[in-house]
Amino acid sequence: MFSDETLDPVTVRTRWRRSQQEPLQTRSSQTEAVHRGHAGVQTRSTTSSWTQTEPQEPSPDLLHQNPAEPDPPGLLDFLQRTEDLVLRELQKTSRSHAFHGFQADWDQHRQRVLCVHRLQRPAAQDQVLHVSSVSWTCTGSVLVCAYGRTDDGDWTNHKSCVCLWNLDRRNLNPKQPDLVLDVPTAVTSVCCHPKSPALIAGGLYSGEVLVWDTSRTQDLVLGQTGMSAEGHREPVYQVSWVPLQRKGDFGVLSSSSGGRVLLWTLDLDQTRLVLDSAYAFVPQQVPHSSRTSTRVRGSSTVGVTALALSPWDPDTFLVGSEGGLLLRCSFSSQTPAAVPPEDRTVVLRAPAVFSFRPSSGPVHSIHCSPFHRNLFASAGTEGLVQVHSLLQTDPVLSIRASDSYLFQVQWSPSRPLVLAAATGHGPVHIFDLARRSLRPAATVEEGGANVASTCLAFNHQNPRLLAVGRSDGSVGVWQLSSELVDPGPTESGELEQIANQVSE
Amino acid sequence: MLVSESDVEETLKSIENHESVIGTVVVNAQGIPIKTTLDNSKTIQYAGLLRDLTAMARSVVRDIDPQNDLTFLRIRSKNKEIMAGLENDYLLIALQNL
Repeated sequence: MFSDETLDPVTVRTRWRRSQQEPLQTRSSQTEAVHRGHAGVQTRSTTSSWTQTEPQEPSPDLLHQNPAEPDPPGLLDFLQRTEDLVLRELQKTSRSHAFHGFQADWDQHRQRVLCVHRLQRPAAQDQVLHVSSVSWTCTGSVLVCAYGRTDDGDWTNHKSCVCLWNLDRRNLNPKQPDLVLDVPTAVTSVCCHPKSPALIAGGLYSGEVLVWDTSRTQDLVLGQTGMSAEGHREPVYQVSWVPLQRKGDFGVLSSSSGGRVLLWTLDLDQTRLVLDSAYAFVPQQVPHSSRTSTRVRGSSTVGVTALALSPWDPDTFLVGSEGGLLLRCSFSSQTPAAVPPEDRTVVLRAPAVFSFRPSSGPVHSIHCSPFHRNLFASAGTEGLVQVHSLLQTDPVLSIRASDSYLFQVQWSPSRPLVLAAATGHGPVHIFDLARRSLRPAATVEEGGANVASTCLAFNHQNPRLLAVGRSDGSVGVWQLSSELVDPGPTESGELEQIANQVSE
Repeated sequence: MLVSESDVEETLKSIENHESVIGTVVVNAQGIPIKTTLDNSKTIQYAGLLRDLTAMARSVVRDIDPQNDLTFLRIRSKNKEIMAGLENDYLLIALQNL
């Protein structure tokens, strides 16, 4: 069976350790002895001093402080000798014509106009949308472009957009706008707030008026009119910000082809635009001058296609209609409009005060001169740019800009005598009234057949820049040379002379 | 000869009262303005700058013809005309608006 056994232990030598030990070697190192030494230093003498700038006297010691001091000798003789000479030269300068019209141009630009950017949004171009309106913000760095159609006559369901490009950014991508605001229908007009760079008002083809606030991160619509019964029922053709009686507040004035001009104020609590005053145009109430009494006939509404505010008189605004009428209106007029009575909270008023000579086609654009109280320019389908004075019915000056329609005309914000007009067959003509000939001083042309320039806007902060929107969906930003931008010394006088011409 | 204050002032006044004159400065031989109708900083600016310019203009005229000398210097800018009438000791600067 089982029995006890003792076995010898078995040892197994490790072969691993031996194999590891062979390639090992031992080495050692030691730093050398560090040399040290001791030395001592002590200052023997000290001095301290300080300085301070003194307040700078504007050197009264340069000019004599002592008026009682007698004049240096010879001064009277010198003055008596040169007085005559100086007076003669002064007389000569005030009468001289030597430098009339000569303007030295230190930063000479080769080209009159230079295309700086060409901005477009490929998505909008795919839908074949035109640029219907451009506007610069009050800081002059952001360009707002509204897309829509300018030639469709019926209701459309195009979704369109309003695009913003910030031109002062370094990585400006001309194919991609910095901000895109989507809008359910075509936008016909935008206007930027004159004081706050984030607010934009826009008018839609459906008759709505919206205000966007681009400083918000979500839901950029600050207020809208909605489809109210008191609002517009026809496309809104122009919107513009109007200073209200309360200082610092602005309202939105919108005009539509239904013959209404409405003033809205922003109600921030309910994010709505509230109707403040309403004006209606009825053919019977339009003032007629003796020559025009036979023309206005047939139409039942006076569709408003152009609106302009006068920067000089807060009570006046100018209106152009589809039938060619050009009217001066007043905000404070109290005559009620002769429309069939409806249930309205705000009474419709008839604001027209004075009628200018009508043109034979719709008036597309009116702009008041920022340099003269009484002058304004108007443009329509006749292809004429007419400069009117508020005081007389006939235009003061008529310039033939093109053979086709003119879509917009604007005065330059820096030179009193310069006007720009956007034509229907493509180029934008810039006219300089200081020249004798009435051919355009410069033309902004981009090529491309059948592409109309539909809108333009000068940049008020940087008057060299001009933005032009075209019907192929692209916006060009052009830089003008200094002779179109820098005002000469006699321009205001010449503008005054033009305004005072009385046509016979 | 008694040089009365009023004679000097009267002469200067007839220049200053000319229409479209903005100001006048009289500078002595050391370049220090002694009479002026402009404010301090502008006076010193004009005196300093025009003194150098008139000295340079004078040397141009005399280099071309040593018998000739500079009598008057006019600088026309976009909105002003600066006139300097000079003689041995003094310089009279007048600014005129265009």
